Amino acid sequence: MTDKSLESSTLGSLQYDPAPESAAIARLRPNYGLFIDGAFTDPSTHEQFASLNPATEETLAMVSSANAADVDRAVRAARKAYDTVWSKTTGAERAKYLFRIARLILERSRELAVVETLDNGKPIRESRDIDIPLAAAHFFYYAGWADKLDHAGFGVSPQPIGVAGQIIPWNFPLLMAAWKLAPALAAGNTCVLKPAETTPLTALVLAEILQQAELPDGVVNILTGDGVAGAALVDHPGVDKIAFTGSTEVGRLIQQRTAASNKRLTLELGGKGANIVFDDAPIDEMIEGIIDGIFFNQGHVCCAGSRLLVQESVADEVLRRLVRRVEQLRVGDPMDKNTDVGAINSAAQLARIKELTDYGASEGATRYTSSCVLPDKGYWFAPTVFADVTQSHRIAREEIFGPVLSVLTFRTPEEAVAKANNTNYGLACGVWSEKGSRTLWVAQRLRAGVIWANTYNRFDPSSPFGGMRESGFGREGGRHGLEAYLNV
Amino acid sequence: MSDARQDVRKTYKLLINGAFPRSESGRSYEVLSSSGEFLANVAQGSRKDLRDAVTAARAAQPKWWGATAYNRGQVIYRLAEMAESRRGELAEHVALAEGLKDGAAKSCVSRSIDRIVWYAGWADKITQVLGGANPVAGPFFNFSLPTPSGVVAVVAPQESSLEGFVDTVLAPIVVGNTVLVIPSETRPIPAVLLGEMSATSDFPAGLLNIITGYTGELTPTLATHEDIDGIDLEGVSNDVAIELSALAAGSIKRVLRPDEHRGDAASLRRLRAFVETSTVWHTVGQ
Amino acid sequence: MSTAPLRLVTPEDRGVIISDSNQLARIESEAQLSAILLALSGVDAVGAEARVAKLATRSIKKSTKLAALNLAISMVDLTTLEGADTFGRVTSLCIKAMHPDVNDDSVPPVAAVCVYPDLVAQARSVLGESSVKVAAVATAFPSGRASMKVKLLDVADAVDAGADEIDMVIDRGAFLSGRLGQVFDEIVAVKEACGSAHLKVILETGELVTYDNVRRASWLAMLGGADFIKTSTGKLPVAATTPVALVMLEAVRDFAESSGRLVGVKVAGGIRTAKDAIRYLVIVNETAGSTWLTPDLFRFGASSLLNDLLRQRLKQQRGAYVRSDEFSGD
Repeated sequence: MTDKSLESSTLGSLQYDPAPESAAIARLRPNYGLFIDGAFTDPSTHEQFASLNPATEETLAMVSSANAADVDRAVRAARKAYDTVWSKTTGAERAKYLFRIARLILERSRELAVVETLDNGKPIRESRDIDIPLAAAHFFYYAGWADKLDHAGFGVSPQPIGVAGQIIPWNFPLLMAAWKLAPALAAGNTCVLKPAETTPLTALVLAEILQQAELPDGVVNILTGDGVAGAALVDHPGVDKIAFTGSTEVGRLIQQRTAASNKRLTLELGGKGANIVFDDAPIDEMIEGIIDGIFFNQGHVCCAGSRLLVQESVADEVLRRLVRRVEQLRVGDPMDKNTDVGAINSAAQLARIKELTDYGASEGATRYTSSCVLPDKGYWFAPTVFADVTQSHRIAREEIFGPVLSVLTFRTPEEAVAKANNTNYGLACGVWSEKGSRTLWVAQRLRAGVIWANTYNRFDPSSPFGGMRESGFGREGGRHGLEAYLNV
Repeated sequence: MSDARQDVRKTYKLLINGAFPRSESGRSYEVLSSSGEFLANVAQGSRKDLRDAVTAARAAQPKWWGATAYNRGQVIYRLAEMAESRRGELAEHVALAEGLKDGAAKSCVSRSIDRIVWYAGWADKITQVLGGANPVAGPFFNFSLPTPSGVVAVVAPQESSLEGFVDTVLAPIVVGNTVLVIPSETRPIPAVLLGEMSATSDFPAGLLNIITGYTGELTPTLATHEDIDGIDLEGVSNDVAIELSALAAGSIKRVLRPDEHRGDAASLRRLRAFVETSTVWHTVGQ
Repeated sequence: MSTAPLRLVTPEDRGVIISDSNQLARIESEAQLSAILLALSGVDAVGAEARVAKLATRSIKKSTKLAALNLAISMVDLTTLEGADTFGRVTSLCIKAMHPDVNDDSVPPVAAVCVYPDLVAQARSVLGESSVKVAAVATAFPSGRASMKVKLLDVADAVDAGADEIDMVIDRGAFLSGRLGQVFDEIVAVKEACGSAHLKVILETGELVTYDNVRRASWLAMLGGADFIKTSTGKLPVAATTPVALVMLEAVRDFAESSGRLVGVKVAGGIRTAKDAIRYLVIVNETAGSTWLTPDLFRFGASSLLNDLLRQRLKQQRGAYVRSDEFSGD
């Protein structure tokens, strides 16, 4: 009996065929009004703008641009809902609304994941496995606090603040909406939410979900638009509290503008996270952690591990493995389930990343760029690693907010801590070592609101998240996350 | 000739390890409504049934505690979903058992379901409320965490057939224990119904085991069984509680006896009763 | 410092292993061996498990899936290791090994059959000149609890009967109690007894338990001369798992870089479905790289897996789910 000889091409490699998720699951409407007082307004009564798919530059839907009058209407609706309904709703009843919302998000999770990927550019695997489940979990977690505020550590019977104005960024659109709305509602506040200009769509689907949950009218209002709407919200005298997540630049402006008012303020701003690698780090998991730290969500993460501080004795080996691993990253169609790195969210962001990266090369750092082939249409940036970076380089100090890693070295734990802290930011750091005592020693000395040990980019609704210094103030998540929304 | 339709009547069984067996003793006893009508022959549980329930609860406990707190919360919330969808049935039986008018029975069921939801929300909060880092005077990272005692036996209240049952049974479950419960002797049916609902929601087998029967006959076994870590004596009189506590002392069980606390304070007391605080020290240094 | 963007070495380039000199020293003593093994990096269990969980989300469809199924079939070591094995059983196994799908000539033969030593001659005679190899388990498989003399005789018997490959077990008791030199010496001795036959060293990872132990045992086996490292005997409830395979593939990758020698990985025990098999191939692809995607360097030790691979292959072609009786049972 003869055997068939096997073609070497079938044995030598495993290339993955495209495995695209279907965009039709999205069920997007051609245009959307604003969500005020429990209903969508007529889109034709507002100025409209297009929300684009950054991977293809195609228009996904037209959304309305809220002006100052719209903001006023929304704030009044929130105030009325607060005074007449929500402040009279017991914690147990508020909890049940939030539980409903959590369940509805999970029921519509696939649809939400697709909309998020189309609108934001992040890989479908990430929206599906991280963004959407975490958003639901946030509602589920805070639902449980609504009727247990006495036990949250803020005294007996803590009261809400009133109307919260909440401005969120484009990097995790639905998740940021959940981070803002869930604790605010649990504590008894009503909300006016302003999604980012380039990523309004999942917030609008969330509005539909709020209707399905039969949340009373006006408890949550969602205003799409640009900086004008955001400014109007910040300035509105009917708003009692402002929560902002975004760049440090804009955070500064908001803090200035609210200084003269009684408005309570929390800010979650930028970062330049340091991932500290000691010579005894678990080597393969550490490489994955560095990669995840900077290339997850295309590096559009405030807590990204955008600086690698590696112990000098192992720097060459780590760099070699890192560069090999970067080359394996699959960059491309975000709707493909096998894509690791998706599109940059906007032309503006892409320009900024390019500017800083070109500067980094000119500053004398050694540049490694993935040889991945980038699509013709859309906004793309190939994963990049800069070696031989020092603390005086711009690329070590400024937040790039893109898939660009800067690698620096250190000799001793003290030096690692000093270099990690040598920044005006203070959001997140990572520590990689098998020696627990040293990890804890370093963690206690790092000026960062979040420290990950032998892991990175882990989020949980029960775990407080937020920054120090110019990364902002206030915490989201956990018992601590209630403080921003209680009058205590 | 009558065309009246005959209904299919239910046999009420025990709940052990996610299945519904009859008592191994083959016995049953009559359960009457508050006005004396015959309702059903309910299984009369035996010592051996209790023994099997303990085995099931013990086997299920590591997995229940090994699930994430988020997952535990979701499982309990799902029970609320099931109960809500069958609230009519629950209200009917609470009314029969306790002699309540329709409106009062419905309110009782609503409160019971809301209580389940309240407990669901505790699953991923209790650690933050009961645990924390301790600022010891030395270079150590020190933290205390609440862990479950293990297997908890509950003697549910005799009068409150659903609301009291929910409260006594869910408290130990939320903090990671598995439970075997003897429902009210004369008013067991709402508890048995809730047990059925737990088996069709996401409760893993062995998490909740329900042994109906005569309280007086069964409780000494619970008190002396060495593989039970804690016991809630809500459903017995003070005198009996004293006797059982003395028996439980043999295996240093955690014993919870009813006191003057009511409402949320009583529930919180239940949440803390079957928790063991575990404290870890870790050196901090270069 | 260069300021121009540099292109990275690609996985394809990596297929060419460059070793100017054997960077590994000769093992002179147990102390030296221990030092080498204990200096290996630890494995963070949470990170390793998270990595394989992420790789499990790879969506393998269409032509990729078909290629993967064909590849997996060609990587199977079709196994029968029962006390009740007979000549008849072995004969059916060998015929199926050469021609897995009676209705389809284009299905590749499997890599090998795997049998006990006293059935090697029978297997050899049925397989004749076929490309299917004969692998024999030896060294008092599965426990390994016998004297060295007996274990080496076991190997010699199998080799004399015509085995192309020997699957040996390491002494787990010795490993867990720190007698690393003894484990090493046994592997060296068995390798010598193999002659030209290839040696697969079974680590029995279910008994080693920790990933750190799996990494150390993998290196120990490779330093001792293993041609393949294998997860399990298949006789324990805990056998091959994806994180264990990940750690072993990292080990062979790193060993190849240090020594220039390519060692294969065999996963065995508990791999029943095509879906499982494809998960493993994805891990191979994205850890050690495409160089290992060949029966020369990766094997599945399995029995019922083959039929599921055939079933999925047929489903890909027909577009409908297939009956189990479509294929021969043994």
